[in-house]
Amino acid sequence: MTNDSLISIHDLKVYFRSNSEHARAVDGVSFEVRREETICLVGESGCGKTVSALSILGLIPTPPGEIAGGQILFADQNLLELNEADMQKIRGNHIAMVFQEPLTSLNPVFTIGDQIGEAISIHKKLEAEAVRENCIQLLTDVGISSPAQRLKDYPHQLSGGQRQRVMIAMALACDPDLIIADEPTTALDVTVQAQILQLFRSIQKIRSMSVLYITHDLGVVANIADRVYVMYAGIITEHGNTAQIFHDARHPYTQGLLASLPSRSKRGTRLHSIPGAVPNPAHKPGGCPFHPRCPYAIPTCSKEYPQMCDYGQGHLARCPVLFEGGG
Amino acid sequence: MLSFIGRSIVQKIITLFFVSIVSFLIIHLAPGKPSQVDPMNPKFTPEVVERFRKEFHLDKPLHVQYLYFYQDFFTGKTVSWKDNQSVLKKIWERFLNSLPLFIVGTIITWTLSFPIGIRSAIFRGRLYDRSATFISYLLISIPGFFFAYILIIFVVTQFHVPVIGMETFGIGETSMPHIFMDRIWHLLLPSVLGATGGIAVLSRYVRSQMLEVEGQDYIRTARAKGLPPEQVHYKHALRNALLPFVTMFGLILPGLIGGSVIIESIFSWPGMGRMAYEAILARDYPVILTVNFVSAVLVLIGTFISDILYLMVDPRIRL
Repeated sequence: MTNDSLISIHDLKVYFRSNSEHARAVDGVSFEVRREETICLVGESGCGKTVSALSILGLIPTPPGEIAGGQILFADQNLLELNEADMQKIRGNHIAMVFQEPLTSLNPVFTIGDQIGEAISIHKKLEAEAVRENCIQLLTDVGISSPAQRLKDYPHQLSGGQRQRVMIAMALACDPDLIIADEPTTALDVTVQAQILQLFRSIQKIRSMSVLYITHDLGVVANIADRVYVMYAGIITEHGNTAQIFHDARHPYTQGLLASLPSRSKRGTRLHSIPGAVPNPAHKPGGCPFHPRCPYAIPTCSKEYPQMCDYGQGHLARCPVLFEGGG
Repeated sequence: MLSFIGRSIVQKIITLFFVSIVSFLIIHLAPGKPSQVDPMNPKFTPEVVERFRKEFHLDKPLHVQYLYFYQDFFTGKTVSWKDNQSVLKKIWERFLNSLPLFIVGTIITWTLSFPIGIRSAIFRGRLYDRSATFISYLLISIPGFFFAYILIIFVVTQFHVPVIGMETFGIGETSMPHIFMDRIWHLLLPSVLGATGGIAVLSRYVRSQMLEVEGQDYIRTARAKGLPPEQVHYKHALRNALLPFVTMFGLILPGLIGGSVIIESIFSWPGMGRMAYEAILARDYPVILTVNFVSAVLVLIGTFISDILYLMVDPRIRL
């Protein structure tokens, strides 16, 4: 942990209990976000990315969810120990979130001016007129044209890209230190996706915020990330800066992901795919959770939980087999 | 907006026309004839029956009878076959009797169901929710007439107030406050009884609507903004959960007629429902058909009000 760390998560464990099953959705995840940087959390659907993000804001529904352990340190306090009232002062104010589906994430029966203004009036306690001016400024910042008219619009009157811009404006409303973006471009088409990514990069620079960007899309990662955490089945499997991950991947899972990327140079050949499927969080294999799908697996992989191996310069990978073999 | 209202009024008049035909046919298809209500009565000699049939055009073909009936109906000349009184006047009197019962019952139902249902959803699975669920199912399962008798026995023996009818016989002799209190007592029990079933069903429905909305993404967004729980539940969730009830609100109007037959019978309340029921037993076609027509009109007015309300509360609906 360095001095410029904004938020650091230590050994976070989030379990979901149902009558018969006990799903370890997040199983000992640690990462940190430093000031003014963009972090990507990458992994397949169901690997625990979203659950990790939601637990930062205390939005895991309990029950069935349960924070089984760990710490989330933000501004010298452990967010997991805060009560609901204190957590409300953090949400939207210091840490804001942008969700995946902008259509369902906006309330259909309130105008967007109302929905953006709400966060401002709750946290900053401004007059109605000041809130309105603030909203107009925010909409301008996220690139929405004629913002004063748009304030009176309802979500269904906007396009998908505009809706996501509104969501971002809402997240920016109180000038948070950290924005958590949970696959914000997944529901959008590619050109709009590029615009939204560009928007994230520029607001991150202008407002000197930190962004925790959650995605399964390695193309997005290459575009936006300073550092990358790769997640698999509830654990962090590899961590490094963007160059280390893309050019020097050390974990078999990261290597598999990169090999699966379609590219023009591989045109005409069969796409690579990682054999097998993501394990059910309720029935995870013992030892390294990736070993049933791993081409390098040796018998000890199914018995021993793998330790993080240090490749230097902050590059870590949770695969002792490759570490000892290839050094 | 105006064109929508115009279009919908025309559509509803057409619907009403078909309703009039269908209800007329159904009444005439039903077994039994008006002239056969009391065949054992020595006064009903074949000649009298024949005169009766002539008098009321029952010897004419159906479509002619239909025309005769609606001609009388729209000129306001329809009379009951039983006592030769104007049907519209009879219905209007009964309507005024039913109205307070309906209004008080509806107010009790809607003002109690919503707080109960909303709180059940918010405290889902807790003691409050589970006891509300238990009591709801209890009230749904107990037959209305049985519950009514238990309540009547309880009120009469504990408070010594008469509750049958609209007022105590001979109360007109006493002072105004007395009459007023007597009316209130007589109104209270049937209204509460009429409301219990409604509260049990409606609060369950409110609860499930509210639970569904609470699981939506925009509720998570509202919480992620740092809004306090009251604002999340009562602004963001409730406003969306209320939408389906706007439709229901229009559809309670017809309850004015059919909703209270049992309660009115138990309490000897001279309301519309009981009148319709008695008219059916007596095969008093003009009364049955007029009540039928009025309730069809109420249904259509109700749906029209719902449509307009929906337009006002759901911004996604535009014309």
